[in-house]
Amino acid sequence: MPIQSVNDFVVRFANVNGSGSASANEMFARAVLRMGVPVAPRNIFPSNIQGLPTWYEVRICDAGHLGARGGTDLMVAMNPQTWDKDVAGIEPGGYLLYDSTKPMPKSKFRDDITVIGVPLTAICNREYTDPRQRQLFKNIIYLGALSALLEMDVGEIEKLIGEQYKGKEKLFDANKHALHLGRDWVMMNVQHPIGLRLRRANAVGDRIFLEGNSAAALGAVYGGATVCAWYPITPSSSLAEAFTRHCNRLRVDNDSKKAKFAIVQAEDELASIGMVIGAGWNGARAFTATSGPGISLMQEFLGLAYFAEIPAVIFDVQRAGPSTGMPTRTQQTDIISCAYASHGDTKHVLLFPENPTETFEFGATAFDLADRLQTPVFVMIDLDIGMNHHLCRPLTWDDSRKFDRGKVMTAAALDAGKDFGRYLDVDGDGVPYRTYPGTHPNKGSFFTRGTSRDRYARYTEEGPAYADNMQRLLRKFETAKDLVPRPLQANAGKPTKYGVIYFGSTTPAMDEATGMLEANGQYLDRLRVRAFPFHSSVTSFIAEHDFVFVVEQNRDSQLRSLVVNECGIDPVRLVPILHYDGTPITARFIARAIGEHLDALKVTPLRKVVS
Amino acid sequence: MTYVVKPKFHHPDLPKNALGYTHRDYEGKVSTLCAGCGHDSITASIIEACFELSIEPHRVAKISGIGCSSKTPDYFLGNSHGFNSVHGRMPSVLTGANLANRDLIYLGVSGDGDSASIGLGQFAHCMRRGVNMVYIVENNGVYGLTKGQFSATADRGSKSKRGITNTDSAIDMVGLALQLGASFVARSFSGDKKQLVPIVKAAIEHQGAAFIDVISPCVAFNNHAGSTKSFDYVREHNEAVNFLDVMTGRAPIHVDYAPGTVELVEQHDGTTLALRKLDAEYDVHDRLAAMNFIQHHAAKGQIVTGLLYVEEESADLHGHLNTVEAPLNALGEKELCPGSAALDKINASLR
Repeated sequence: MPIQSVNDFVVRFANVNGSGSASANEMFARAVLRMGVPVAPRNIFPSNIQGLPTWYEVRICDAGHLGARGGTDLMVAMNPQTWDKDVAGIEPGGYLLYDSTKPMPKSKFRDDITVIGVPLTAICNREYTDPRQRQLFKNIIYLGALSALLEMDVGEIEKLIGEQYKGKEKLFDANKHALHLGRDWVMMNVQHPIGLRLRRANAVGDRIFLEGNSAAALGAVYGGATVCAWYPITPSSSLAEAFTRHCNRLRVDNDSKKAKFAIVQAEDELASIGMVIGAGWNGARAFTATSGPGISLMQEFLGLAYFAEIPAVIFDVQRAGPSTGMPTRTQQTDIISCAYASHGDTKHVLLFPENPTETFEFGATAFDLADRLQTPVFVMIDLDIGMNHHLCRPLTWDDSRKFDRGKVMTAAALDAGKDFGRYLDVDGDGVPYRTYPGTHPNKGSFFTRGTSRDRYARYTEEGPAYADNMQRLLRKFETAKDLVPRPLQANAGKPTKYGVIYFGSTTPAMDEATGMLEANGQYLDRLRVRAFPFHSSVTSFIAEHDFVFVVEQNRDSQLRSLVVNECGIDPVRLVPILHYDGTPITARFIARAIGEHLDALKVTPLRKVVS
Repeated sequence: MTYVVKPKFHHPDLPKNALGYTHRDYEGKVSTLCAGCGHDSITASIIEACFELSIEPHRVAKISGIGCSSKTPDYFLGNSHGFNSVHGRMPSVLTGANLANRDLIYLGVSGDGDSASIGLGQFAHCMRRGVNMVYIVENNGVYGLTKGQFSATADRGSKSKRGITNTDSAIDMVGLALQLGASFVARSFSGDKKQLVPIVKAAIEHQGAAFIDVISPCVAFNNHAGSTKSFDYVREHNEAVNFLDVMTGRAPIHVDYAPGTVELVEQHDGTTLALRKLDAEYDVHDRLAAMNFIQHHAAKGQIVTGLLYVEEESADLHGHLNTVEAPLNALGEKELCPGSAALDKINASLR
């Protein structure tokens, strides 16, 4: 029985990398959005510029679930290399749209799906002679075919083409023509619409469609970052490039036409973080963007910044590791390597935004936190948040907001006779005062070093002075607990002994999974952790429940380890739910994994087995 | 190594500079290096250069890596901020600091281990970028703090104190700096203050990447027969091509040298370098000829010293990036935050 669904299905495009499909596929997603129907697109791409397979998955869901769903209802199979797997991946009762120019043996299809052949190549060859045109317009032609099959408002696609080719009349006409070639062919030759249909709705509201990397870069602009040093690495390169773009638009002085920013593409990640630390030491707000391998290279410097207490912001767009791992696939896999980055006793502040909007907010806040705490602050996103467009709340900014530059002693304060000790805890919060270089002719200078020193920054190898400083750094970390974004708790409709902790890009899938579990009579209280060090409410949440699931996208349950270690929790009470194949976690996965555990707990209460 | 606390009193008639400071105002803590260390002579030259230029000490940022040489910023300009960073990474830290505030003078101090081995990459790239700085390598051909291993600038065939012969080719940092685009390149000898002080002064006044390789013998581990970085060896093989006098400000220039032996070089900031030529043929504006000359003499075992290259129209990283005149670290919300109206427009473009 063919699937029948309005505004709730998954379309997956299978393409060849470099064939120009990305912009056509994105246009499809945007057209659905313009019809007022929420979409969650995800780009699954190889580490390659041309030739390897790439997929673009569009989840359409008027209920507003934005996590990956898994499964495919309509496959647009444009890549012969992956044909067999693509066809096999279609849900029973699903649909297959393919290029029928070349006849295919019956064995290449399935009986339980609806097959729609459109002779795309034939149409292209008839219409165009230029090979590149044939390739590019083929994408627009299948978009036209889809518009008829899914009963889309073709006017929305035309409008989008118009916006894309504003002022380029010829290109607009050519694309519009190609769109209608596909649409008309389907109208005349194929039964349409199919069981999957799009209907205009009003479920998008004022939400925006934004990539996390671009949002992070905007956060850096609004947070007052002036120095950016970076080294190209997937999936973070587009963050630094977005910062460049935003700065060129928003940060060029009107009169002098000069830049109120400095962006350096460094020779490696060591140099990137070195420049950020140099700039932070000298009183500018500075950041770098990187991914796991870059974090590994920065380790020595991160220890220096922790110990010498220098503000720095690091955007870590996580990908699957170790080593090169799967450079174009998503994971939450740098939690431990960032939380305890470097040699010696170190701990760092991490922020875990859930989507691009929160990435913008946390991105800006990270600079305040770094200055306030005089320490590196990591904004932990991942490829899923960073490189995919997400439908999310509009960005907002309070114009009365001031940058919190933290405890900076001025020349006036020094002249007034304030006692300045660079590592002196005057307020009991573990955070000392600092001076910017060049502040005063004969007061307030100090020598920064990664080597042990006393409260007045004088070199010493005395044990008690070293221990005193390390204790103060711990006090500072305590202070951080109340400054970083608090965890958000949502309780189940009914009282329950079970809870779940999750963070970052897992959020939309977790939200959806909660509904699926409740429909099954399984209730969970939920805690979304938004930062490390953990607020005291994390410990109390665990204390209030018999078992707490910790859902994360890595193999070694890194966040769970951090909770066990930092909150002193018995590991038995934290049940890991782990997804780490490089695809974004789905609600189906979470609901199944947690559901099975809950069923098992019901059959044999663990406490009885243990006792 | 000295443990005494440096006394603060000084002779009332000590000469004062334009700011009313004596050279004591440019000193730092007591050196903890070995007695007779070449690095301490370089420290003294830096103090002298800053004193003579009447630089406000707090307008200098001293940044170093790790090693004996990198400890020295603690021993001069006690009223400047200093940063003893990570081994081999002074250039990146200094680049970032320079980006944050273009108004300070940046003094990068490093050694041959710090710059020619672990930090060779960062050295190269900061020269390429033209960071406005003085980059001093205190070059002794040996790892001092870890007790006498060869560094990458040790000459092939030179002997270590333990009698081991170095079989690796030496890295010539001057040659690299020239090739990489440094706009001021000099080499000197820690034992020749007369040559070194004016070079440091000229480098400070230079707008762009100024590199000075200072041969600085290690009295503890590299001052024996068979070493090519010992006091005796360097004195015997020093081939100075010129000596400098640095004249700042608008004061009229008096030159009383024999005609034909002095060349006046105008720097970007208005300072004039009077170049007393020892080698009449040597042209400090010819990068390629300089590279040839140095290599040619090195092959003969001679160490060419003096101002080796200077670019008259030098540029720096801030110029390349077209940054505003105000230091970036002095900009606030008003200059940096585009505000909610701009954000509303961005939101509208994302629907």
